[in-house]
Amino acid sequence: MSKTSPVIIVIEDDPPIRRFLRTGLSTQGFTVFESETGKQGIIEVEIRKPDLLILDLGLPDMDGVDVIKSVRTWSAIPIIILSARSSEQHKIDALDAGADDYLTKPFGFGELLARIRVALRHAIQPQEHIQAGVFITANLKVDLHKRVVSLDEQEIHLTPIQYRLLAVLVQHAGRVLTHQQILKEVWGPSYSENAHYLRIYMSQLRQKLEADPTQPKFLLTESGVGYRLKI
Amino acid sequence: MNDERPDPDQLLARVERDTAKAKRGRLKIFFGAAAGVGKSYAMLLAARERRAENLDVVVGLVETHGRKETQALMNGLEVLPTRQIDYKGTTLHEFDIDAALKRRPAIILVDELAHTNAPSSRHPKRWQDIHELLEAGIDVYTALNVQHLESLNDEIGEIAGIRVWETVPDTLFEDADEIELVDLPPDELLLRLKEGKIYIPQQAEQAIQHFFRKGNLIALRELALRQTANRVDAQMLNYREDHSIREIWQVNERVLVCIGVNPLAERLVRAGKRFATILRAQWIVAYVETPALQRLPAEKRDGVLRILRLAEQLGAETVTLSAPEMSAAIIKFARERNINKIVVGKPSRRGWKRWLLGSVVDELISHAHNVNIYLLGSPQTADEEITIFRKRSLPGLRQRSETAKKINYTGYGWAVFITLLSAVVAYFMVGQLELANLVMVFLLGVVWIAMRFGRGPSILASVLGVSMFDFLFVPPYYSFSVAYVHYLITLVTMLVVGIVISNLMINVRSQAKVAAHRERRAAVLYAMSRELASSQSEEEIVRTAVRHLHSEFSSRNVILFSDNNGRIAYPKQKSIPESLHGADLSVAQWVFDHNEMAGQGTNTLAGSEAIYFPIHNEDKVLGVLALLPVNLRRVFLPEQQKLLETFLRQIGQAVTRIRLAEQAKTTQMQVEAERLRNSLLSAISHDLRTPLATIIGSASTLLEGEGHLQTQDKLDLSRVIVDEAERMSNLINNILDMARLDAGVVELNKQWHPLEEIIGTVLTRLHKQLADRPVKVKLPAGIPMVFVDAVMIEQVLINLLENAVRYTPQGSELDITAEISSNAVECSVADYGSGIPKGREEHLFEKFYQARHEAAQSGVGLGLAICRAIIEAHGGKIYAQNRLEGGAIFTFILPIEQSPPVMELEEDV
Repeated sequence: MSKTSPVIIVIEDDPPIRRFLRTGLSTQGFTVFESETGKQGIIEVEIRKPDLLILDLGLPDMDGVDVIKSVRTWSAIPIIILSARSSEQHKIDALDAGADDYLTKPFGFGELLARIRVALRHAIQPQEHIQAGVFITANLKVDLHKRVVSLDEQEIHLTPIQYRLLAVLVQHAGRVLTHQQILKEVWGPSYSENAHYLRIYMSQLRQKLEADPTQPKFLLTESGVGYRLKI
Repeated sequence: MNDERPDPDQLLARVERDTAKAKRGRLKIFFGAAAGVGKSYAMLLAARERRAENLDVVVGLVETHGRKETQALMNGLEVLPTRQIDYKGTTLHEFDIDAALKRRPAIILVDELAHTNAPSSRHPKRWQDIHELLEAGIDVYTALNVQHLESLNDEIGEIAGIRVWETVPDTLFEDADEIELVDLPPDELLLRLKEGKIYIPQQAEQAIQHFFRKGNLIALRELALRQTANRVDAQMLNYREDHSIREIWQVNERVLVCIGVNPLAERLVRAGKRFATILRAQWIVAYVETPALQRLPAEKRDGVLRILRLAEQLGAETVTLSAPEMSAAIIKFARERNINKIVVGKPSRRGWKRWLLGSVVDELISHAHNVNIYLLGSPQTADEEITIFRKRSLPGLRQRSETAKKINYTGYGWAVFITLLSAVVAYFMVGQLELANLVMVFLLGVVWIAMRFGRGPSILASVLGVSMFDFLFVPPYYSFSVAYVHYLITLVTMLVVGIVISNLMINVRSQAKVAAHRERRAAVLYAMSRELASSQSEEEIVRTAVRHLHSEFSSRNVILFSDNNGRIAYPKQKSIPESLHGADLSVAQWVFDHNEMAGQGTNTLAGSEAIYFPIHNEDKVLGVLALLPVNLRRVFLPEQQKLLETFLRQIGQAVTRIRLAEQAKTTQMQVEAERLRNSLLSAISHDLRTPLATIIGSASTLLEGEGHLQTQDKLDLSRVIVDEAERMSNLINNILDMARLDAGVVELNKQWHPLEEIIGTVLTRLHKQLADRPVKVKLPAGIPMVFVDAVMIEQVLINLLENAVRYTPQGSELDITAEISSNAVECSVADYGSGIPKGREEHLFEKFYQARHEAAQSGVGLGLAICRAIIEAHGGKIYAQNRLEGGAIFTFILPIEQSPPVMELEEDV
């Protein structure tokens, strides 16, 4: 984290939510700029060059997904989206368009802070959690150079696809990946329709890596959206 | 009746009559003795006066006959364009009823009430057009000459020597609201005629020699005056009745007019009408169909049908009685209906025939007591049976069945054979039996023949038998001559007995046929009513009705109902072989709007192929039956028409029953919805207000207590706010989910998911709530896949788990179990709590149901209802039970509709 306080732009049309975000984030040492509309928000992003963007998907003037697409044409800043419940497809669209993470309203402030921290860390040093090609979380260790996965220092045998899947998740550890994104990276672009393959391999991975596959510790399912490797 | 007050029934009838009249348009008839008395002129004058009163007066059609004065009166009045019809090369100008109905003036002038419309018009007669205008609430001014009144038809025919074919039913004249007599002394009329004011000169000359003879004109004038006077008289009586001025005149008089198949019938009906009018009595026209009459040719039976129709037009009730004997049937009917006056024709049998064979009239006179019998003499000139019965058959009733009598030759063959057989049998008995007994053998043969083959063969058998007997057994043998006189007596008696037996047998046969026919009809009716009674939908009723109508009338049928706007529409359901296609919707619409039948064989739109009947109940028209008959006679014969009416009534009742049931169901659903809405409101208002109260209270404490509160207090208050807000959030989510599921807007996003992953997601989500609870998960080995909407099924599990957490003590265990068979997935959530109160297992899944009504338990009672909605959307079912070892178990079963996708997975070594 740099010494100067990180700048966050909030694009959200609801004033009370803007207010609590501004208050909360300011107390946590962030500099916050607000925007009510998508168009103005995009301009703010251009001018302020923020470290992170918090974007509400339901804006009065334009679709949040279009805001993401527009920002992504020239900027790689982390984008966290806020969305209403039961609109999985909208979230997926936003994530596929380049958003980094999402939160469903209503959400707790603690949850938001955690997501912001992960996103900022990832932006500053994308492979921070991987040191010298090795990823470690709790008792799980993934050596990306040697292609070795171990649990409690015990080497676990993985098939090539299981390993590729785990590797993709490790590289984006802590962040949500949509089914599409994972399928594209593991199987290639032509497999985007076969989400059930992904689910099967995910289950296989869980059975190998999780103590109790029905109460996973690392390989979390984001209901209706995708997966996330917890760090 | 001694009571001075009017009879309530009569009063009610009068009120109904008055309200019916108020809705209808008013009819004013300008009534005259002959053409040229100035009816049209008077009518136009009256119209101009109305126009001056600023009423909306329109001339529908006025025949000026080129008279200048009349023409002048039309100036300044709006005249509707006529409908032009090309008919056999000439263009006819007809009154345009549709234009008139569309224009809807207050008053319309339509001349010549008795006019016959050109073919292809809606109604054959103009008075029917006017009837429709009145029904539509438009006032009508029209003109009529006395000779066109139906009941005066005979009388005027006799006076003027000219039969008028264009007639108007008397009821129309009697029901008219106003009659204005336009009178002109005959001399003046003749003068006007000579001046060419009525007809052009050549025509006028001809007219003076025929119709416009002075004697004629005087008689016609008298008739017109008399008719008008009768009407005034009737009005007077009405007035007295209305104002309770009770005279001794008899109420409830009923006149029965008996008609037969003879030229008197039509005259009897007219006479009966006049008689009944004078008596102000109800009148009934009866036709008794004896077995003998049933054998008459179809043409004659059609004639009777036409006369019955005429009687109906004149306001009579008509009945067809079916009985072996005419007089007995009439007397029985008269008793049943409390009839005290019978009008019959003069006996047709005279002299010795009447004495020998009797006559209906004589029998009536000797058997009917307390009944006055009126005889109508036949005019000497009117012996024209054929013309009467050929004159005007019902429109459309011209088709004749071509089932020409096929003579039953086999019957005659049998007659000869049986007689020969009798002769052979008798021949062998000659020695043992007397001659008189041999006769019996022949008679036996005759009886058998009569029974099997009817009249012709049996008479042949009689005659043949007598000849044979004479030839073979009566001395001198082998000759037709007779030796002794007493043999002659034997032969004659044998012949007479043979013929009488034939006749008797034939009557028995035809009565048996009639009985069988009636029985069959009763069976048909019974079958249909039974099926209709068990019909559950309008479609079923239609199918049943169409099928039964087809089997009874051999017709193709369709039943049309109206849409919400009262427009008749083609049925949407699939047709069956008996269905009629291409019914004319416009005709059906007319029938629906007017509650009268139309189409072929009727007075309205007779040009259409099918016949259209309204189906109605007591209140309103429900639909229209369109029936395409193979033969009109099958439908219009009186007994068939009765049967059809019964059919229609039954259909109407069945449809009414279904509609009422539907209505009740809708009402029930509305009540249910209302109840739900109310419980939702009360539940929501309670469950939303409670957390809100806490939130507002805590937040304001924080706000007000700034500076006084300890850090720990602040933390506690903030915690409470967050917790309560989360509770509200859950509640709102549930309400929204339920609303979406109820509205059916939820589309299932079914995909293949590992069951394990779904359960895993749920347990991760409920991590906090389940922190202190051991959860045991038991799943089948391997990676079982289910084809579901994962987000939804997760919601089900979340709700079930939350429910279990809510109703069981802290720290108690929870079990999640799943089993997969070849066709279903069974998944259950079990707890070790106190279980479900007995008998509540089903209610748990109803909306807004809470097992225990405790304020501390939050939630509107929607959780389990949502579970059920989701599981049912997946085609599965969910239920709750108490476990034997204690605690509750909630189980949902999802059907497996397809096998999991085939996947090529890597070899895992």
